Amino acid sequence: MSPSPSGVYARPEPTAADHRAAVPTSPTSPESRPRRRSRLRLYRWISPVVLLLLWQAASSTGLLPSSTLASPSTLVRTTASLIADGELRDAFLVSGQRAAIGFVVGALAGLALGVAAGLSRWTDGLLDPPLQMLRTLPLLGLSPLLIIWFGIGEAPKIVLVALGTAFPMYLNTHSGVKGTDRQLLETARVLGFTRWQRLWHVVLPSALPSTLVGLRQSLGIAWLTLVVAEQINANAGLGELITNAAEFLRDDIVVVGLIVYAVLGLVTDALVRLLERRLLRWRTG
Amino acid sequence: MANGMTADEITEDRITGNRVTVRVRGLVKAFGSRRVLDGLDLTVRGGEFVALLGRSGSGKSTLLRVLAGLDSDTTGESTVDGTVSVAFQQPRLLPWRKVWRNVVLGLRTEQPRGVAERALAEVRLDDSAEAWPVTLSGGEAQRVSLARALVREPELLLLDEPFGALDALTRLAMHRLVTELWTRHRPAVLLVTHDVDEALALADRVLVLDHGRIVAEHTPPAHRPRKAAELVDLRSSVLADLGVTESEAA
Repeated sequence: MSPSPSGVYARPEPTAADHRAAVPTSPTSPESRPRRRSRLRLYRWISPVVLLLLWQAASSTGLLPSSTLASPSTLVRTTASLIADGELRDAFLVSGQRAAIGFVVGALAGLALGVAAGLSRWTDGLLDPPLQMLRTLPLLGLSPLLIIWFGIGEAPKIVLVALGTAFPMYLNTHSGVKGTDRQLLETARVLGFTRWQRLWHVVLPSALPSTLVGLRQSLGIAWLTLVVAEQINANAGLGELITNAAEFLRDDIVVVGLIVYAVLGLVTDALVRLLERRLLRWRTG
Repeated sequence: MANGMTADEITEDRITGNRVTVRVRGLVKAFGSRRVLDGLDLTVRGGEFVALLGRSGSGKSTLLRVLAGLDSDTTGESTVDGTVSVAFQQPRLLPWRKVWRNVVLGLRTEQPRGVAERALAEVRLDDSAEAWPVTLSGGEAQRVSLARALVREPELLLLDEPFGALDALTRLAMHRLVTELWTRHRPAVLLVTHDVDEALALADRVLVLDHGRIVAEHTPPAHRPRKAAELVDLRSSVLADLGVTESEAA
């Protein structure tokens, strides 16, 4: 089975591009990412602002009909009214909860499996083959099966998010644990560490950089799966807001919903970067 | 670790009456058909500084690993009476723990910070307690590694070419520091090195290892520091034991 069935439900081209920009599906590793000052580089804002102004101008002159794409000013008004009547907040809470539960369950499972498989040849032999096989299944293609198993409630959406999250965490943690410096493990033995002290002081910290890479990949995939899951069968949440709006040809609400997804992706990615800076301070001193 | 010996036999050497810290008899360690240690005998008394010289592949690092408890698949006797600490060629600090935490890692003590600071003061790194290991120079990191080894108050300190990766000046400073620390704490020391001058400057006894056995033993003058001039003859005979002629060494 290929992921193409979900492609039927996927949004049209331009918005898909929006999502690629907002959701980092392939973040660079922490090493290659230069530590940037928080100082804003103003000139980098010139082109986005100019594009926004062009968009607004095209809408105002009627070059870009509002039935195709609402103007920026309309989007601001729509957002304000969606916030005022509480609709956006409710949708956000429902979607946020799905993402959070699925992400936490998936991330913890991936982390635990990654550590377990990385610790010994035995556990690696037991756990890695089935997980590598499952990993090759097209994740989004699983949704019809999940609907058969779990119905159309919250469960299939959460399971899909959890599955999407678990694999990047598993793969990165696994390789991180396996890459633990033998010399440091040997030193820990000489210093009389217990098994748990070795795990806590040597194995887990040395896996941390690649686990954090896994965390960022997981977050990207978590949002992507959530969007798809919510589009397929929506009874509440941002997905429902968007699908309903589409039925009434309210492209402005659709765009607002997409922007909220994008902002959520950016915010969570920024949180992981913050976590990386705090937890990996030992690398630069 | 004890192979059929009673505690009395380990602690008392019958001839001298001194405490025996390391007792190795007929030790064999084989990798496949190759015998890296081939019936080795060694006795190190309490507080004695022994240097082990040998060419690469002579088995010196293997012996040290056996004594550290890192290689257990051996035959023969090898007993160590008391706690063992090791300083390796690489400092092997945990990069994700600050310097003072590295010093007391795995140590059970009420006041770890105070203990760590005293140990760091001894290796003249009082100011680096809060530093990350990555910010230290090679010599500094090696001093932290020494502090970590000594803070455990070991009866036996194993040094596996700990100065090999340092520049010449830092190495000389480390020699002075090690002598000072050894004089103060008096552990038995087994220093594995391939540097003849280092062995002659530091040790009470210099052993030459070849093909998994000790083939020669030399005793430098008892006083320290020793001048290079008074070690000239000893140096050439040790080099001869290592199979190096004077002209090759010059």
